[in-house]
Amino acid sequence: MKSLAELAAIREKMKDKIVLREGGDASIRIVVGMATCGIAAGARPVLNAFVEGVEKEGLGGKAIVSQTGCIGICQYEPVVEVMEPGKEKVTYVKMTPEKAEKVLKEHIKGGKVVQEYTISDTKNA
Amino acid sequence: MKELSLNVLDITENSVKAGATLVLIHITEDETLLTIKISDNGCGMREEILRGVIDPFYTTRTTRNVGLGIPLLKLAAEQTGGNISIASRHESEFPTTHGTDVLARFYKQHIDFTPMGDIVSTVTTLIQGHPEIDFEFRHDSQDFNVLLDTRQMREILGADIPLNDPEILTWIAQYLNDQY
Repeated sequence: MKSLAELAAIREKMKDKIVLREGGDASIRIVVGMATCGIAAGARPVLNAFVEGVEKEGLGGKAIVSQTGCIGICQYEPVVEVMEPGKEKVTYVKMTPEKAEKVLKEHIKGGKVVQEYTISDTKNA
Repeated sequence: MKELSLNVLDITENSVKAGATLVLIHITEDETLLTIKISDNGCGMREEILRGVIDPFYTTRTTRNVGLGIPLLKLAAEQTGGNISIASRHESEFPTTHGTDVLARFYKQHIDFTPMGDIVSTVTTLIQGHPEIDFEFRHDSQDFNVLLDTRQMREILGADIPLNDPEILTWIAQYLNDQY
């Protein structure tokens, strides 16, 4: 059974980690659309897959996951945008937790855009 | 929406947009009735706006201001024989007590009752996206009394540890699941 008291232990353990995190440059932003349209289309599990995946793959210093509202392409939700300084924004559409895993491994970790999930490929399909 | 917990996530985002610093999410249920109450201390709505949020086709908007969140919640409640009510105090008239309360009632035995679904995931998602806001989550029934108050968490963690740290989020999910 978890108790609030455990937070004190987590706090102690995290003191060093925070310094590290602040020093690390999380330059990649993974932004998940979480408006009504996104939520209804299944954005919540997609967001969770990215949050958990970033931690699991040890990408915490490299990428941060954040939420945004409706970006106006509701028919393509769940939509995820990946932004990296100096590179063109990549828009992934009709995302699922499984696709999120692949994007994390190949794009965020490996640096190679998963073309088949992007909006341009989906539009042409 | 496939789960009521997704409606809760969606409606609470309105509180975030209203600039709330504290949001109370309180779910109570018995054999037949389930109520969801979401209260915030955000800027509140004027009466004409309040009328507009319930009817998606009543709008005076020139820019996108009113969405489908409340109509979807209303639909989910009414299709079970339930209802919703909204009370709002705009900051211009209520400088210290402004905010909005959304209350939805659902009849659980009705065939069109939408299941609650993964409410724990809704709470962690809210905290992940808005670590600076305080959330008090309660879910009470005959079988359990679940409580998470981020104000209590901050008292122990201090101000320097963000609540959306992955380790904290994992703790929150386990802490909530243990109480069910």
